[in-house]
Amino acid sequence: MKHLLSINDLNESEAIAILDTATELARVSDAPMKKLPTLRGRTIVNLFAEDSTRTRISFEAAAKRLSADVINFSAKGSSVSKGESLKDTAQTLQAMGADAVIIRHSASGAAHRLATSQWMSGTVINAGDGTHEHPSQALLDAFTLRKHLMYGSKNLQGIHVAIVGDILHSRVARSNVLLLSKLGAKVTLVAPPTLLPVGVPNWPVTVSYDLDEVMPHIDAIMMLRVQSERMDELYFPNAREYSRYFGLNTDRVKRMKKDSIIMHPGPMNRGLEITADVADSARSVIVEQVSNGVSVRMGILYTLLTGEGIESGALA
Amino acid sequence: MSNKYFIEGATLENGTRQDLFISDGKIEGFKNPANSNAVVIKAAGKIVLPGLVDLHTHVREPGKEDSETVASASRAAAKGGFTALSAMPNTSPVADTAGVVEQVFRLGIEAGMCDVFPVGAVTKNLDGKELAEIGAMADSAARVRIFSDDGHCVSDAQVMRRALEYVKKFNGVIAQHAQDPDLTVDAQMNEGVISSVLGLKGWPAVAEEAIIARDVLLADHVQSRLHICHVTTAGGVEIIRWAKARGINVTAEVTPHHLLLTDELASSYDPVYKVNPPLRTIKDVHALREGLAEGIIDIVATDHAPHPAETKECEWQQAAFGMLGLETALSIVALTMVDTGLMDWKTVADRFSRTPARIGGYVAQGGELIQGSMANLTIFNPAASWRVDRDLVASRSRNTPFHGMELPGVISETFFKGVPTLLDAQLVAEKSS
Repeated sequence: MKHLLSINDLNESEAIAILDTATELARVSDAPMKKLPTLRGRTIVNLFAEDSTRTRISFEAAAKRLSADVINFSAKGSSVSKGESLKDTAQTLQAMGADAVIIRHSASGAAHRLATSQWMSGTVINAGDGTHEHPSQALLDAFTLRKHLMYGSKNLQGIHVAIVGDILHSRVARSNVLLLSKLGAKVTLVAPPTLLPVGVPNWPVTVSYDLDEVMPHIDAIMMLRVQSERMDELYFPNAREYSRYFGLNTDRVKRMKKDSIIMHPGPMNRGLEITADVADSARSVIVEQVSNGVSVRMGILYTLLTGEGIESGALA
Repeated sequence: MSNKYFIEGATLENGTRQDLFISDGKIEGFKNPANSNAVVIKAAGKIVLPGLVDLHTHVREPGKEDSETVASASRAAAKGGFTALSAMPNTSPVADTAGVVEQVFRLGIEAGMCDVFPVGAVTKNLDGKELAEIGAMADSAARVRIFSDDGHCVSDAQVMRRALEYVKKFNGVIAQHAQDPDLTVDAQMNEGVISSVLGLKGWPAVAEEAIIARDVLLADHVQSRLHICHVTTAGGVEIIRWAKARGINVTAEVTPHHLLLTDELASSYDPVYKVNPPLRTIKDVHALREGLAEGIIDIVATDHAPHPAETKECEWQQAAFGMLGLETALSIVALTMVDTGLMDWKTVADRFSRTPARIGGYVAQGGELIQGSMANLTIFNPAASWRVDRDLVASRSRNTPFHGMELPGVISETFFKGVPTLLDAQLVAEKSS
């Protein structure tokens, strides 16, 4: 496995190996000296052609804890925003000797283009491309689910996860549908019909338009951010109506199973898709997702750049 | 060079073997007269058809000469067996006045490789609001009969109605690019299973079909002539079938690429497969093939759309729409329609020469291969095959989706007005004006 462009690049055992590696590497994050020498002398470029502070610093922290040299190449003030082509940018990074490029881009498929067009030879990691995929987010979500719900089991067999909100435009949803179903979880998508792709009957999921009906049956709920511009595009009448039918509030949470958890990839619109008290409640693992993100991204970098994972218990 | 040619042993579209003697631009007879000094072209095993006629070509001149010119498109046409092409008006400036269509027409004569018939814009600057100088273009030296805002849909129903009515004056035709703009804002590819996985904004079939349905009803109401450009959906074929059964005066075209390629190719995110209208599903491909065989779809037209490299070497969303078509068209039709048993060569000649010539009013094109007719011909070996190489195209651009494919049908000669533009599969140097 050279690149991570889509969850489809991973089979079940490769995905589990990354989660296991991340579990071991999490011990590094918990130690007073948060560094391993693994990627010393390797150059990793964060190519962010779209704003995303949290994903960028998560990858940056992961790379630095593995001792890699990190170059941040962000759209603001860089040549990408001045109209330099992706091809020219890729050739520039190649000339500078980048071993890996972590790319965030507003165009679906941008990471594929970088990896398959022969503009550069390094490893490409997709950190979110348009409305296509965000594989590292799905891996950190699976990591979080496994930690809270699986009690020693390697995969996600038997759990039921609802993903709620703007599925149509969500790269987080696409990657999670692929990964969670690959790991054995049952996935239910909950959204107004306008925010579901027409191809959704072919996805490995069940679909519901009724959040209340779904709440008692799930082990985890993943809320998606709703962009305010969707209202102008007639996907739903207004924010109030969206919250009433698809927002997560205390009344709905009361109907969840005892040990179920609440997730959100961030950044949240408090008051729209999730109320503040729910976001900050005991069931919420939203802040923990962020710290798990660093461990999982260390696992991804370690696996792709060394060509191997770390077996369970090896760093104990 | 001699202006006499003797084509020996060719097979006609009906399967009979026939020699042809060409002199002074015409098919003079069927025997080589003694001491004729004719150039002999051995055509045993090859098929001779009336020269192919394309109703949908983007020649990019004036204004976008980095991607194609009238001369380079004419060379690509000759290599593809065409003796006529129809230059779409989305140039810079737009071909919405007599001046621009006469310029393109003149450039075609200067290139001298095939007839270049300009298509006029329906509306000024392709804006869809005010009618272009349709009458002046029809009366110009270019004698324009086909009007289209191709690349844009004439989406306003009242504008479309007026245009359909107006061209009745000279038996013109409106060629509609059927795409409801409201349903296709920022659309990137066919809306379906593949687009939902790839996260590319969908282009629903209904956006095309709704316009076709509206326009056949308008054409019926005003009793005018409508042509539907590049039909891509099974539903579109059904609507046209219904309209023809009602006696509505509608014709339709399909492109070679929509007869072969499907939306699954977008999974590569390679913009060489990005085209307007988009590649659809295998179900649509089969409906288009059956519609063409049956004659519901009247003609094949290339929608030859050259683009410079930088507009395709980028992210899918930023890339230009369109693909090359002239040099591969006959081979793709051979592969999808003839080798599959859906059509014989006589039907190919109908769909690719006679019917497009009739729709466009191109009287010197699409003729029968009889004594005294203009010698516009294409000669090819249906049993041979060739490998498409984008570095060897005659077009100025390289955006062919068929690069690397082995295709049946090798064109060896194209005759335009009795003169070979392609001889022994080599382009004959353009004649100077």
